[in-house]
This record gives sequence, C-alpha cells and structure tokens, in this order.
Amino acid sequence: MTVMDLIRFAGGAVWAHRLRSVLSLLGIAIGVGAVILLTAIGEGTRYFVLAQFTQFGTNILAINPGKTKTLGMPGVLGGTTHKLTLEDADALSRIPGVEAVVPMAMGMGRVEAEGRGRSVNVLGVTAAMPTVWRFAIGQGEFLPAGDLNRATSVAVLGPKMKRELFGDRNPLGAIIRIAGYRFRVIGVMEPKGQVLGYDLDDAVYVPVANAMRMFNLDELMEVDVAYQSATMVDRVVGAVRQILIDRHHGTEDFSITTQAAMLESLDEIMRIVTLAAVGIAGISLVVGALGIVTMMWISVGERMSEIGLLRAMGALPRQIFLIFIVESVMLSVLGGALGVCLGMLGAFALTLVLPGLPVFVDEQYLVLALLVAIGTGLLSGVGPARRAIRIDPVEALHAE
Amino acid sequence: MIALQHIAKVYEVGGQPIYALRDLNEDIGSGEYVAIVGPSGSGKSTLLNVIGCLLRPSKGAYLFNGEDVSQFDDQALSHVRQHQIGFIFQSFHLVPRLTALGNVALPMVFAGIPSSERQIRAQEALDAVGLSDRADHRPNQLSVGQRQRVVIARAIIMQPLLLLADEPTGNLDTHSGQQIMELLESLNAKGLTMLVVTHDPKVARRANRVIVLADGQIVKRIKGEELTSGSAPFF
Repeated sequence: MTVMDLIRFAGGAVWAHRLRSVLSLLGIAIGVGAVILLTAIGEGTRYFVLAQFTQFGTNILAINPGKTKTLGMPGVLGGTTHKLTLEDADALSRIPGVEAVVPMAMGMGRVEAEGRGRSVNVLGVTAAMPTVWRFAIGQGEFLPAGDLNRATSVAVLGPKMKRELFGDRNPLGAIIRIAGYRFRVIGVMEPKGQVLGYDLDDAVYVPVANAMRMFNLDELMEVDVAYQSATMVDRVVGAVRQILIDRHHGTEDFSITTQAAMLESLDEIMRIVTLAAVGIAGISLVVGALGIVTMMWISVGERMSEIGLLRAMGALPRQIFLIFIVESVMLSVLGGALGVCLGMLGAFALTLVLPGLPVFVDEQYLVLALLVAIGTGLLSGVGPARRAIRIDPVEALHAE
Repeated sequence: MIALQHIAKVYEVGGQPIYALRDLNEDIGSGEYVAIVGPSGSGKSTLLNVIGCLLRPSKGAYLFNGEDVSQFDDQALSHVRQHQIGFIFQSFHLVPRLTALGNVALPMVFAGIPSSERQIRAQEALDAVGLSDRADHRPNQLSVGQRQRVVIARAIIMQPLLLLADEPTGNLDTHSGQQIMELLESLNAKGLTMLVVTHDPKVARRANRVIVLADGQIVKRIKGEELTSGSAPFF
C-alpha cells in the first residue's frame, strides 16, 4: 500500500461524509484562525509600540525620584528622602559622553489666549529637549539655552494647542496665560502624534524653572540624559548613579531606566500578552482536536463491517491503523489550512475596518499553525485508530 | 488441500466453556465443491471462519495446502487470506463510497499491486462476472444480483485457491440466486475449490458433497444429489 493509496482511500472516506468532515474540522480551523489573527494583532502591536518608543531615540536614560526595581510609578512607593533637583541635573551634564540633560517637571494647567482657553499638560523642560526626544520645531524657536534656574517667561506650543488657540493666525510673539502667569509664545512644534493615547501635540513647553515655580514643585519629575553611543551605556549609568548617590548623601533614592532596558521590558510585556492570547486561542485548538477525535471515533464505529472486510481480505492491522491516522491528519490539515485562510482573511478585514490597528502576519506562525494542525491530527487519530485495529474481524463482519 | 484434524473451538461464556466445534475431522480436496449445512448454532459459521483463517482453532491442527496454519501468527494468517482465500458474504460487504471497479481492486491495494495493473485486472474480473458496463457504478446503483457479482469478482481478483461463500444467495431473489450459483459453479469448474455455507437445500443439493453439522460436529456426509427435501431437519 503506497502513500498515494492511503491518501486516496482516506480521502475517499473524508469526502464521502463531506458535511460531517467539514463540521468536524471547523473546530481546528477556528482554533488555528484565532491563533493566527491574535498573533498578527499581537506582533503588530509590539512593532507599533516599539516604533513609538524608538522615535525618541535609543541612547537615553531616565532618572526618576524614588527607588523602584520594576517599571511602574516611580516615587509612589517608598518616600524620597532627597529631592531630584535642577542642581542634580546640572551635575549630570558634566559627565563625559553625555550629550544633553533634560530635567523635566510637569503639571496640568489652564492655558488662555485671546479669550480662548483649554486645560493641557504643561511641560517644564530645557533647550536640549528637541534634540534628546527628537522633536522638531515647526515655527519660531525652542526655549533658550542657558542657566537652568533662569525662569524666562517664554512658551512653545504643541501644534494642536496652537491650532486650538490661534487657528491659522501666527502665534509668535503673542501673549498667553498659563495658570494665570503671562508667557510670550516663541515657537510651535512639528506634529509628533500620540504615544499610547497620550497626545504629544496637545501640550505647552515652558522653561523647567517656570514650571516648578508655577506648579509649586520642589523636585523634578524626571531627568533625561542623552549619551553619545550605545557602547557607553554602562559607563554613563555608573557615573550617573555615583554622582547622584554622592549628592544625596550616600542613599540611592532614585531609579535609572535606560531606554534600551525599557524597550526590552516593553518587548517582553508585549510578547507575554501575545502568548497569553495565543494560549487562549490554543484552547479552541484543543476543542477542535476533540471534535476530530469524536468524529473519528464515530467513523470507526460506523465502519466496523468495512474494517472486518479489509481484515478478511488480508489487510494488516498496521495498514488499518494508517488509514485512520491519515484520515485524521487529513481532517486536521484541511482544518489548519482553512484556519490559516480564515486568520489571514480576518487580519486583512481588520486592517480595512480599523486602519489604525497594527496587524502583522508572521510567516513563522503560519508554518507553526500547520505543524500544530498535523500534530493535532496525529494525536487525535491515535485513539480511534487503535480502536480500529482492536476490532475482531469475525465480529466486525457480522456487525451490521 | 484442506485437512482438519481434531479441530475444536471453545468459547468462555460466563466462566462456562461453550464448544462451537468439537473434535472435527475432515479433508477437502483441491477443486472440490462442498456445501456445509446444519441448524443455527451448529457451528457452520465458526467452521467457515476457521477454514478462512479468520479464527484460530482452540485445539487440533489445520493443514492448508500442506501447512499447519493453526500455528501461524496474525500476519502470516493475513497473508494466507490475502493470497489464497476469497470471501463471499451474504450481506456483500461492499464499500459504499467506492465504485464497482474500486471495490474489486481493493484487495490488490492492500497487497501492494501497482495502480495501473489494478485497473486492468479489476476490469478483467468485472468482465468475467458479466459487469463490464457497471465498473463506474456505486453499490447502491446496482441490483442485489449485480452487487453479489461484484463481490465474486473481488473474491477471485487475487487468484485464490479457495472460495468461501457464506449464504451467497441469502439476500437474493430466486432468479438472481440461480445466476449467482451458476457463476460460482463455473469458477469451480475451472478448478477453484469452493465451500458454501447455506440454509437453502436447493443450493446445498448442487454441491458435489454435503457436510451436515450439528452441535459442533459433523453428523453426516452425503452426496449433493442424495439431499432431498426430506432432509429438512438438517437445516
């Protein structure tokens, strides 16, 4: 009996019960389709998120007050004994290899101009911010360089902010009020878009010293340090830690997060989310396998007399076993193939309905899905096939 | 060709031994045409299954073509069935999804005969049973008589030495039953050894020799033509 004979014989049995076969392989199809669709969304989202974060540049590290070992809200747990100050930031800028330091303080404030107003995020930063975060200036100029402690009353608008307050008019030189304080508009940013739902364009940038005074803050929210190349990351982190510990009288009451480490942990998180989704989809694959087991089990029961006949005409148990295994694998592979089609179709449909949703079908998951389908078929077929070869031919011939 | 020596077949039912066959001795020569008759439960089917190498006897020796097949393992028995024995069943046992040609070719699939040769030989066998134009029909598109012809074509496709027929006319009307018996007898006339198990005296009478079974033993051996309607108790 050749492989071709096996496929033809098993295929005939599958085809003879077309509707039943399709229904039983639908479970696998839905399972595989779900895995492919969810991995497509998961992978797409992962790339999307990583792209969002790498747009700020990768050779950055962030210092936040408070000691935390994982990603989270720095400073919420564990009190800060020493504040992270502008003087700290200034000290860090003198580390060799450091390109720029951006101390940041942030608050929510009402911004008013010409009778219009809206509450937005007010970011206190320094002149180095556009370089470090890779922001571009659309109009005018960014905050002036110079002494960190100098609170010049100038502001730069995010493009959305500018549109809301000034429409198409030129805002440069205009006076706005932020939380009651007067500022002169000196520039407008290029649109940057959103990062994870946070609109970077709907913001106002002012000198960090102004922000601290305005919001009555006595410490910085974050200090971002840009260094020249990835190779010096360990050295820069070491130097930052040493300087800050010295300045904070020997306590490490701050946390340093490098962008690289952050990307890595984000990548890790996204991977776990994807895996969890795949795991859930995998359950439907198990249900699909059960469907095939059931169908094959019924099929063996129905074909008692056929099995008896084959045995009578000299077919070996091994050949009977193979027939049912091939039948089962055939069902699961057809199911898998249908699932791949469904999954890709679903992914395609999603991009049509929700153009913003990142979807990325990875070929390796397609291959994996088909391999899993074959494996499922093999496993599902073993039980029924063993039942088939245990049938006594004499009894089977009399079973009608 | 067939030598049964002290054959017994015992089943355990509820701890009690039940003898389906007991100390049965018989010789059947090559080319013979033998009918096996007897009332229900006399052991006819068990005897046929033993001779057909589907059942191993519990005791005794079964020499088939000079070899003691009662000592063979399952694989060797399968091989004997595949190459030496053709089966004809009362209920046909045709695979419903296969065409007449496909059903006839089936034994050759498991024997590993190449597809091209299978087609030719199966068509020849269908020609031989008078179904040349029914090769593409499925069993449910054939009359019962035609179905039994397909079964016969399938039984002879491997060119066996022995043909075993279990109530070959049991599901047929008188006319097609008659035709089937004539077909089988023409095969016997060409030298094929034939064993027919039957309830029907009209069928049994046609055989050269009739073996009458009761309670797992041979109680009588007579010539076919000696069988009269008065022998009804044997059935």
